[in-house]
Amino acid sequence: MPKIKLPRKSPRLDMTPMVDLAFLLVTFFMLTTKFKADEPVVVDTPPSISNLDAPDDSFIVVTVSPKGQVFLNTDNKKRRLELISAIDEAKGLKLTDKEKNAFAVISTFGVPFDKLKWFLGLEPEQRSKYVQPGIPTDTTTNPSNELSTWVHTARQHFIEDKLVVKGDRESDYEAFHKVVKTFTNNNAHRFNLVTNMKRDE
Amino acid sequence: MAEVSQDSGGGHKKGGGKPKGKKHSTHIDMTPMVDLAFLLLTFFMLATSMNKPKTMEIVMPDDKVKPKDQTELAKDRAMTLLLGPSDKLFYYYGLPKKGEAPQLERTDYSPDGLRKILQERRTWLRNDASLKVEDRELFCIIKPTGKSKYKNLVNIFDEMNIGHIKFYAVVDITPSEEDAVYQNK
Repeated sequence: MPKIKLPRKSPRLDMTPMVDLAFLLVTFFMLTTKFKADEPVVVDTPPSISNLDAPDDSFIVVTVSPKGQVFLNTDNKKRRLELISAIDEAKGLKLTDKEKNAFAVISTFGVPFDKLKWFLGLEPEQRSKYVQPGIPTDTTTNPSNELSTWVHTARQHFIEDKLVVKGDRESDYEAFHKVVKTFTNNNAHRFNLVTNMKRDE
Repeated sequence: MAEVSQDSGGGHKKGGGKPKGKKHSTHIDMTPMVDLAFLLLTFFMLATSMNKPKTMEIVMPDDKVKPKDQTELAKDRAMTLLLGPSDKLFYYYGLPKKGEAPQLERTDYSPDGLRKILQERRTWLRNDASLKVEDRELFCIIKPTGKSKYKNLVNIFDEMNIGHIKFYAVVDITPSEEDAVYQNK
C-alpha cells in the first residue's frame, strides 16, 4: 500500500492575541485589586437593601466583633499618624516616633491605653499573634470609656470625617448601643452602618 | 507563535537578495510566559472582591434635648417595636404608660410579618378622617433589648425603608417593657 503523504503543516498557532488579552486582564486586575488589611477580627456585616457605597476616604470606622469587642481604624497612614500623635498628647503616653510609626502601619486595632505603648513596641510578628482585647467602651463620657477619647480626639482633628460602624451581624445590641451612645455623647448624630448588599427576595 | 522579524530591510547587501546565512527559526517559545500570565490572572481574579461594601445612613436623636422642648407624639401615630433575644419581635400600638407593662403582640422579621403589619397600620392611619392631617403618619419607636442582635436592628431599618416610614427613632427600652419581652416566651 502506498503511503499517504500528509501535508506537513506546522501545528503551531499564533498565540499573540491570546497573550495580549491575558496580560491586559492581568494588568486590569492588578490595578483594581485592593488587598485586605490584616484585621484582628473577622466581621460578617448584616445584609441590607441599602444601596449607598461605603466611603472611600475620610472616615473613622468602629468595628464591633461578634463578642462585642470594639476596634477602631481610620483610612490612611498619614491620618493614623496624626491621630496617634494627638492621642499621645492628650493622654501623655510618651510614645516614641518608632511606636507612632508602628501605629500608622497597623490597620484596625483594639488595645486599651495602658497597653498601647507595650503593644506598639512589639515586633510585627508578635503583634499579629497577640489577641487584642478591644477598646474599653461604655455609655458614659468618663475616662473609663476609652472609645470616647478616641472619637473625641479624632473628631477634633478630622472634622469632616464620616463615622462608620462595622458591626458583626451576630453581635449583641448592647455593644452597638455603647458605640452609638459614645457617638451621640460626642455630638455625632449622623453616621453610617456598613452592610452587605442583599439580593432581592 | 509570534514571529519576531530580525530581518529589517536588508536590501542593500546583495542587490535585493536575501542574505544566505543559516536559517534560524525566529519563533520564540512563549509557553512559559503564557503560563505565568494565566497564573497571575487567576490569582488576581480570585483575590479581587468585586462587591464593594454598602452602607446605610442613620441619624440618632439628641439625648440632650430637654423634655419640655420635645414635641408630643399623638397617641395613634405611635407604634413601638420591641426587639427581643433570639430573633423575637414584639409590638404594640400607642404610647407606653409609665410603669405599666404593655400588651405585646408577637410578629417576626419576614415579609409576611412586620412588613404587612406596618403597611396595614400605615394605610389605616392615612385614611382615618378623625385624626389631624399631621398625625396621619406612622411613627415607629424602636426599642431593642440588650440581648437582641445587631442584624435585627439593621433588619428593622430596612423595613422602615421598604415601608417608606419616615419617622422612626431608636429609644432605650424601659424596665417594664423589658420584663414584658422576657416573660413573653
